[in-house]
Amino acid sequence: MSTAVATAAPPRTPLLQRLSQPRPLILLLLLMWLPLMAQVMAGNYLGPLRNIIMLPGIPAAVILYVLAFRAWRESWVATLGLTLVFFWILVALSAPFLPLLDPNKPIAPFTLPFTEKRDVFFWLGTDLKGRDMLARTLWGCQRVLVWGVTATAVAYVVGTLFGLLAGYLSGWWDEIISFVANVFLSFPVMVLFIVILNYLGPSGFNIVIAVTFASAPAIMRIVRGLTLDIKTRDYVFAAQTRGESPLYIMLVELLPNARGPIIVDACLRLGYTTVAITTLTFLGLGLQPPDPDWGLMIKEAAKTAMLFKFSYMLIIPALSVSSLILGFNLMADGLREMSLRD
Amino acid sequence: MSDPTPVLECEGLHISYFTRAGEIPAVIDFNLKVMPGEAVGIVGESGCGKSTVALAIMQYMGKNGRIMKGQIRFKGRDMTTMSQEELRHLRGSQIAMVYQEPMASLNPAMKIGRQLIEVPLYHEPGCSEAQAYERAVQMLADVRLPDPKRIMESFPHQISGGQQQRVVIAMALLSHPALLLLDEPTTALDVTVEAGIVQLIKEISAKFGTSMIYISHNLGLILETCDRITVMYSGEAVEVGKVEDVFDRMRHPYTRGLFNSIPLPGADKHARPLVPIRGQLPLPHQRPKGCYFGPRCDYFQAGRCDAAPVPMLSVPEHQGHDSRCLRIDEIDWGAKVAAVTTADKAEFGPTVLRVENLKKYYDIHDTSLMAMIKGQRVRTVKANEKLDFSAREAETVAIVGESGCGKSTFAKVLLGLETATEGRAVLDNQDLGHTPVQQRHPQVVSHLQMVFQNPFDTLNPSHSVGGQIARVIRKFGVENDPDKIKERVMQLLDIVKLPRDFYFRRPRQLSGGQKQRVGIARAFAGNPRVVVADEPVSALDVSVQAAVTQLLMEIQRENRTTLLFISHDLSLVRYLADRVVVMYLGTIAEQGTTEEVFAPPYHPYTEALLSAVPIADTSVTKKHIVLEGDIPSAVNPPPGCPFQTRCPRKLGPICEQQEPPIRRFGDGHEIACHIAPDDLLQMEPVIVLADDQASPSSAA
Repeated sequence: MSTAVATAAPPRTPLLQRLSQPRPLILLLLLMWLPLMAQVMAGNYLGPLRNIIMLPGIPAAVILYVLAFRAWRESWVATLGLTLVFFWILVALSAPFLPLLDPNKPIAPFTLPFTEKRDVFFWLGTDLKGRDMLARTLWGCQRVLVWGVTATAVAYVVGTLFGLLAGYLSGWWDEIISFVANVFLSFPVMVLFIVILNYLGPSGFNIVIAVTFASAPAIMRIVRGLTLDIKTRDYVFAAQTRGESPLYIMLVELLPNARGPIIVDACLRLGYTTVAITTLTFLGLGLQPPDPDWGLMIKEAAKTAMLFKFSYMLIIPALSVSSLILGFNLMADGLREMSLRD
Repeated sequence: MSDPTPVLECEGLHISYFTRAGEIPAVIDFNLKVMPGEAVGIVGESGCGKSTVALAIMQYMGKNGRIMKGQIRFKGRDMTTMSQEELRHLRGSQIAMVYQEPMASLNPAMKIGRQLIEVPLYHEPGCSEAQAYERAVQMLADVRLPDPKRIMESFPHQISGGQQQRVVIAMALLSHPALLLLDEPTTALDVTVEAGIVQLIKEISAKFGTSMIYISHNLGLILETCDRITVMYSGEAVEVGKVEDVFDRMRHPYTRGLFNSIPLPGADKHARPLVPIRGQLPLPHQRPKGCYFGPRCDYFQAGRCDAAPVPMLSVPEHQGHDSRCLRIDEIDWGAKVAAVTTADKAEFGPTVLRVENLKKYYDIHDTSLMAMIKGQRVRTVKANEKLDFSAREAETVAIVGESGCGKSTFAKVLLGLETATEGRAVLDNQDLGHTPVQQRHPQVVSHLQMVFQNPFDTLNPSHSVGGQIARVIRKFGVENDPDKIKERVMQLLDIVKLPRDFYFRRPRQLSGGQKQRVGIARAFAGNPRVVVADEPVSALDVSVQAAVTQLLMEIQRENRTTLLFISHDLSLVRYLADRVVVMYLGTIAEQGTTEEVFAPPYHPYTEALLSAVPIADTSVTKKHIVLEGDIPSAVNPPPGCPFQTRCPRKLGPICEQQEPPIRRFGDGHEIACHIAPDDLLQMEPVIVLADDQASPSSAA
């Protein structure tokens, strides 16, 4: 009897606190992220399932937003960034369920924003082929988000691994890894992108590879520096005197303590990657038509938006990209601000 | 009475910091009076507000600190109402400050001469550059720096830490300040270098008549340098008085607790056990009502001590002696400290660890062009040279030496993080010297564990306390079942006297002393045979030091573990070690039982080291031997005897040409020195207790 009361009694706050534990957090992140990834990377194979799998992602994203907002409420910069980022994540997840026109269906070309044509009211007008700008903008965030985050994550895994190796093992490992990284860093980023994508051909997966080549060396340098500092700590000596393997020391003793600066840098780098993907798509080297994408929209608009009257075709997707990048950057700023405080 | 105006007077000073958590009172109702030519000491543990007082006197409070109430009067003028312009003229010319870290006080990009010349040029408008240069050179000579002209042309990183601190003191004195503030000026320095600086500080006050405020956590240093003393606890001054009064006739339980928790070089663990102060310093926003020391005090009376804030009361019959204790008249201040546990001397077992002719050389590869031309591409650093000693079961062997003497390198070789160049280190008939830790049998690894120095570094901040101890148990296969592992961790937490719910805590939620206890629990989790403790308490506060030392000894006695105690603190070594090995520049200068090492015959280095230890006991008289210069670099050690460059008893060329022979006295007492054994036997003891013959406590 008393146990029943006890289980019913806890109010809402402990639930949120319980959700803030690492395991529920990872579960929520996966719930939110996997459908988006499946949608963008393998949407054609999913058939009718492709929209249904998005459903559990929406509440997961809302819960994550509430949790993160609570945790970061001390920094208004971080919460503002968070709000911008989660706005686009929620849009990406709920795009199939919003009352939007088909983003790929031409209706009426060159319709200005806030005008009605053929009995349809166009909030943001239509593009040169007559497709609804609002639908295209909202659908377009899916690809930028998924490819941007995936590319950054892969670059981080590779960069962190090499950084740990170079920093902890030092000696020849450090010499070789640092030398290769220096070679990559000496290329202008855009040249590197263009060379790799011209060689591999334009596609989302190849963007991931290109971003990894361009970002991993810089990430490796950051992680290497952090590792060099942390490996002189006594707890690392303690692990060494226990005879722990280098892999255990790198992953369990070193990596968790380097996470602060890494997370801040990752947020900043998400912004860079988003810019890079949009630029590549604009150059025709990235994601391919017809599915909506911000970079693609800017590219298509650039040809026809010479007239000031039609500049909205360019400004709307450009502003969307900027808001997402601003979101990532503000998050990075806020996280750094909070990490400095304690 | 016509008192001259005090140089500095603090009256009813209240200082608060404003943080996210709100107002935090850092200093409460603080009074201080410094007369011309007087040296006043401020003692207290970390977080008691002593540095805040210093910063307030300099008016460097920062953005979030504010003087809430009270006055700071400098020569009768209230500093709290002065303008920024006036303060700027006072600082540096009238009030000067010397900080703990000398390197941080000097501009690394400017030559020392330039930095010194600036002081008179800025503060005295009429001063020409040539005059300023003259004065700077003179002042460098006054602080006893050799070759002042060369120092003027050096950058700060080109001179040693002790010399840097002398330069900082010279800079502070250049404008002939009326008041000199010294905030832990020797804490970052080695003992023998510290002794030189302390000597200098005493000379300065005699020569220039400068008033001084000396802030330190070390009671021994205060005794050597100051006339009056203020003891602070949790933001309040708890006892004020003449040094002799406070040291010999203390009237506050906290002061008494402090004295009982520091080891004195005249006593060992069997004669006078340390009595730690229980509990911890309260956080500034969690101070108890009434007397702040109440919860930790043995004389606490509920309803009286926790009723209202305790005012400063003057001690009857002692002139100028005040204490913040309501029960001044009731406590029996002369009572002998009740020994908590009178430890019996442990029976030593068979030899566990034997080090034979151990050498560790490092090669430095010089890749510069000059080295290539000269053909000297590899230089050798002799970190350890011919170490020979052994340790028996349940024995505590202390390895004593200053920085750069090779004691940490030795620990690394022993633990397998480095391999020896030559010689052997044998643990239970297995050679350790040449097997790195990865190649050692897991059992051998578990038999040798370490307690580290820095409590803030010893635990991984990302993992829970329990998880880190459990990892050791699992790694060494002491237990394998998860429930049993957890049970064992709980037992270990009990042993180190920490509550069991610390299992789930993160290291950042623990205080320094608590972290060090976890470090001890972790070291003993694998049932080691030998534990190497590298300065395990040197980073802790005095009252916590005693408790952690006591704990380490208890566990050692219970498990009959061999303890290698690496330390520079001779008082502590005298207290807990059974045998002592004194190292200098990678070689063993002297070794023997604790009694033998602390009594003549001495190695000249041991003698200097003993005389350099600050002792917080007025009844002790000691010889003053101040070593010249600094410890030479191990890259370029002096030929012959390594100590010859600083040795006050140097015989002559023989010391520079030949390595000293080992003189043997009695059972295992060895001294590496050229001085003839008979002359060594003639030495007088360095430390003499005044009541040595009459003292009943040492006999009992």
